[in-house]
Amino acid sequence: MTSAAPTPGQTVGPFFHYALPYAGDRDLVPPGAPGAIRLHGRVTDGAGAPVPDALLEIWQADPSGAVPRAEGSLRRDGFTFTGFGRASTDRRGAYSFSTLTPGPTRPGAAPFFAVTVFARGQLDRLLTRAYLPAGSPGVDEQTLDADRLLASLPAERRSTLVATADGRGYVFDVRLQGDDETVFLAFDGRGASAGGD
Amino acid sequence: MTTETQADLSAEMATIAQDYTASVAAGAPVETRPRLDYPPYRSSILRHPTKSLHHADPEEVELWAPAFGPTDVDPLEADLTIQHGGEPIGERMVVTGRVLDGEGRPVRHQLVELWQANAAGRYVHKRDQHPAPVDPHFTGAGRCLTDGDGWYRFTTIKPGPYPWRNHRNAWRPAHLHFSLFGTEFTQRLVTQMYFPGDPLFDLDPIYQSIVDPAARDRLVATYDHTVTTHEWATGYRWDIVLTGSHRTVRESDVEHL
Repeated sequence: MTSAAPTPGQTVGPFFHYALPYAGDRDLVPPGAPGAIRLHGRVTDGAGAPVPDALLEIWQADPSGAVPRAEGSLRRDGFTFTGFGRASTDRRGAYSFSTLTPGPTRPGAAPFFAVTVFARGQLDRLLTRAYLPAGSPGVDEQTLDADRLLASLPAERRSTLVATADGRGYVFDVRLQGDDETVFLAFDGRGASAGGD
Repeated sequence: MTTETQADLSAEMATIAQDYTASVAAGAPVETRPRLDYPPYRSSILRHPTKSLHHADPEEVELWAPAFGPTDVDPLEADLTIQHGGEPIGERMVVTGRVLDGEGRPVRHQLVELWQANAAGRYVHKRDQHPAPVDPHFTGAGRCLTDGDGWYRFTTIKPGPYPWRNHRNAWRPAHLHFSLFGTEFTQRLVTQMYFPGDPLFDLDPIYQSIVDPAARDRLVATYDHTVTTHEWATGYRWDIVLTGSHRTVRESDVEHL
């Protein structure tokens, strides 16, 4: 099998705001639409300070657990659920999406939002997951305990990947650094041996 | 305002480069991505994860990327020189290349986003305080979809280098910002394309955060006279390889962060 060398990433930099954000980027469904929930939170740095120039993307299954295949994330028609959204943080480091609750993609699977994080000062994109907490539709503690990723983490790190319910949806904070820093993911076999250096 | 000089930063970068060369010579793996912890880029100090990335097996949703299509992108968005009713100032150029996956397969019909400074090194962004002219005929943002063979193509203006505040007299090499999606969400990439022969490469902590010289070189486009068009635009070729979870992992791909 031929194998091509990967193109390295680089920081998104400070000036992405006139290029990457777009009208309706964070509204996967119109706020207030039937079934609409809010996924929101803050991005903070190693000093606990807000990161006002970050960009988050989410990608998710629909409430039935189906992975969307429809185009239209950049020009939303208001009816098609595409599963993709993008939100830049505000001055307080806060972001917010209007979306639907993701369902399990197979019976018993723990539903989550796949999340990508970009920021000035962050040299490459980071990938993580925001799991629905126990008590969400179809999710209990056993569901989360059975998840392969969550089960592989110590409790205090695992908690960084589980959103909290807030009545209208879920809160998911991203901490780029520190004792409670968010678990970020590698999918290509490189992460496990990366060491803590 | 920092009083650190370019000499201070260059010395730091040289030490990191020497340590890397020595570690590879001693058998450490070649690095293929930027270091998230690269102190010469000062803004990274409080914004890099301190814990190693955690290996995960992709789930169903991560094995797919969002779909983009003709309803999302107008073909005219690939021409950054026609957006504002007049010709932008600067060197008109075509930038084109193929988006491929780790096995060399084309990434078809996927979204490519581009943003950049104008010919004077100034972004439209309100936070860009560099006292260089704003070009009323140039915003510096475009999009396209790759075609059935993975090709993208933009017509734009060559950006200028610009100063930034990492240290005293810090200047970024001229670059285009690219945002790409693969066929899996795990392939998501934001990066920068540079121009061959730029004298600022050795001085720039963002470019140098990719400590492996061969990996760094993969961000530099090639001047391609077959892309250059008669009495109209110069041409650059830059191919992009996205890797996610499906490819065969080689020893040389193992990295330390």
